[in-house]
Amino acid sequence: MSFTLPRRAALAGAAAITGFPRLGFTQPRQPIKVGVPTILSGRVAQLGISSRNAMQIEVDRFNAEGGLDGRPIELVVRDSRGTPAEAARLAREMISSEGCEFLLDAEASSGGFAVHEVVRETGTLTLHVNSETSSLTADPRQRFWNAFRVARQGIHDSIAGGDYASKVARARNLRRWMTVAPDYAYGRDTTAEFVEYLKHFHSEVQVVGDTWPRLFQPDYTENITRLSQGRPQAIYSCLWAGDLVTFVEQASLFGLFANSAFFAVNMADYTTLQQIRNLPRGVHSGNRYLKNFPNVPGNLDFATEYNRRFNTFPTNWSWQSATAVRLLGKAMRDAGGTTPRAVAAKLAGMRIASPFGADGHVTMRAEDQTLVGYAIGWGVTIPADPFVENMQPSNWADIFRLEAEWKRNKGWN
Amino acid sequence: MELTELAECVTSLSCLVTQSAAGLTIGMLLFLVASGLTLIFGVLGLVNFAHGSFYMMGAYFALAAYGVTESFAVAVLAGIVGAALLGLVFERFLLSRIYGQDVLMQLLVCYGIILILDDAVKIIWGADFRSMGVPDSLRHPPFIIAGGVVPYFYAILFAITAVIAAVLAFGMGRTRFGRIVRAAAINPGMVGALGINTTLVYASVFAIGAGLAGAAGALSAPIRSVVAGAGVSILIESFIVTVIGGMGSIGGALAASLILGFTRSFGSIGFPLFVEGAMFIIMALVLILRPSGLGGRRGS
Repeated sequence: MSFTLPRRAALAGAAAITGFPRLGFTQPRQPIKVGVPTILSGRVAQLGISSRNAMQIEVDRFNAEGGLDGRPIELVVRDSRGTPAEAARLAREMISSEGCEFLLDAEASSGGFAVHEVVRETGTLTLHVNSETSSLTADPRQRFWNAFRVARQGIHDSIAGGDYASKVARARNLRRWMTVAPDYAYGRDTTAEFVEYLKHFHSEVQVVGDTWPRLFQPDYTENITRLSQGRPQAIYSCLWAGDLVTFVEQASLFGLFANSAFFAVNMADYTTLQQIRNLPRGVHSGNRYLKNFPNVPGNLDFATEYNRRFNTFPTNWSWQSATAVRLLGKAMRDAGGTTPRAVAAKLAGMRIASPFGADGHVTMRAEDQTLVGYAIGWGVTIPADPFVENMQPSNWADIFRLEAEWKRNKGWN
Repeated sequence: MELTELAECVTSLSCLVTQSAAGLTIGMLLFLVASGLTLIFGVLGLVNFAHGSFYMMGAYFALAAYGVTESFAVAVLAGIVGAALLGLVFERFLLSRIYGQDVLMQLLVCYGIILILDDAVKIIWGADFRSMGVPDSLRHPPFIIAGGVVPYFYAILFAITAVIAAVLAFGMGRTRFGRIVRAAAINPGMVGALGINTTLVYASVFAIGAGLAGAAGALSAPIRSVVAGAGVSILIESFIVTVIGGMGSIGGALAASLILGFTRSFGSIGFPLFVEGAMFIIMALVLILRPSGLGGRRGS
């Protein structure tokens, strides 16, 4: 009688006997590659750097918890230098050549829309973590099953800002307004939305002029003198990062803020606040990221951990990026794999506990695949830490109601 | 177009003062960069596509010096000297090898320099933007002249750039060195035959050009973000100035810079959405009507 032992079984048996029970059975699990097209150089490099840093914190946490059945997430981060065409090229390369199963698109809006078109075609599950332009998810023509937004949204900030600004305007009788905003989709849309809601809440406000510097413009003198000539009582701006720093430094020299109240939705972010050498007292700002808003232990822990690892504080892009990784990780685990449609189905409507939520939670709203319930508020700048005081939280019930009306008026239901 | 507002502005003294002061400052900073570009082209025949990088390096050198000394004067000096020395190094080791060669070769080498310097600042100072801020000693309320606003720091900038422009004009027009440079621009062979070291002249001219760009970078560092790649946008405007003013003409560069400065300043009132377009239209008109530029030699 002959007896044959299969070679694999023999090896496995030998391994078990000799004390190497895992030998031969466990292969290193394939990492889940997640592509991150973003901006890592130039005046808004902080967008990409702070997004990547926050993602890495959350990815490390996810991997330390065992990943997805042993599969760790591996981030593939590339620099588009702020060029939409390059962002689109990078996205394609990540999907087709680098084997990325998901994208965390950390581009600004200009690049974000370029990536959006790429993934519309490829069907890659993508979370936009930095684009705040409302139409990206509000416009049904832009919507498809595999694209989600995990970022604050212009219309939400505009409703909250319009409400806050109208109260200040009434109290201080500020009726004559001007605007200065970057000349691209985000700047145009967000300014129009803010003005709409400012007038909605305070019909006597008049916008007597505007100026549209191009994105990353080196010098704002011409825009500032235009504002100065208009003699507004109040100025609204959605300039951001280095552009906002340069504008504020130059405008201070003209004494612009001595004569006009300044409402800058993007001021309250540490990298911006700390770069302005002489931060004017009394600038009204929406919250971008503040470690004390919401004033909960989880938020402070996030800031502390981020500061410990990167020797700086998080930005607005950081909390959004961290939230995106948390949502994606949970969706993969709930779906039990990385099948795009299964993960997308789990993401839609997902509600998670979050230190960045207005009520301790954030929700990926199913109907338009965008994040809601995050903390929004406005306050007034002061020159030293915590940089913003008298934060007034906005009411999400009002935001939802007015957002629904806004969509109806645009025919975007 | 908001031409009614423009008409109101030019008939209002306060608006005229504010916009003119802004136009002069924008124009003079642009002149510093463009004059270096046009000087290098005029004498060396080199289209220095890397010129904006010396502007950027000037800003970074100033930022570093200001961080150590907190002296704006030292910062500006560091920006000028640092950019000039860097220019000297690149001229000696790289650019001197491509004088007289095809413009594509010049473009290739200059692009290499841009990449090297951009990456160098990212390694040394980081990829994120930096802000120097206006020194406290120069932070005063603006002058109010006839109701118009002239920032104190802008007045300082204008004064410094005007002095640099005057020294440049005097140096090129009234000194022996200036005569040699002008002669070398026309006939370098004859200058060499007279026993003058043309290699030294070329290196000096390149260093002066780079130093002028560095001066503009250092002077504008307190009011603009300091960031890798900052030289690109200023380079485009400098080329427009060089084309309008005439390749190689310092006087033409001054006139063209001021034209662009005033176009930006008053354009923001009258045609705010077409300021950039207006600059290119001016350039196109000059190319059609006077191809050699405002200050260029006919036939050049």
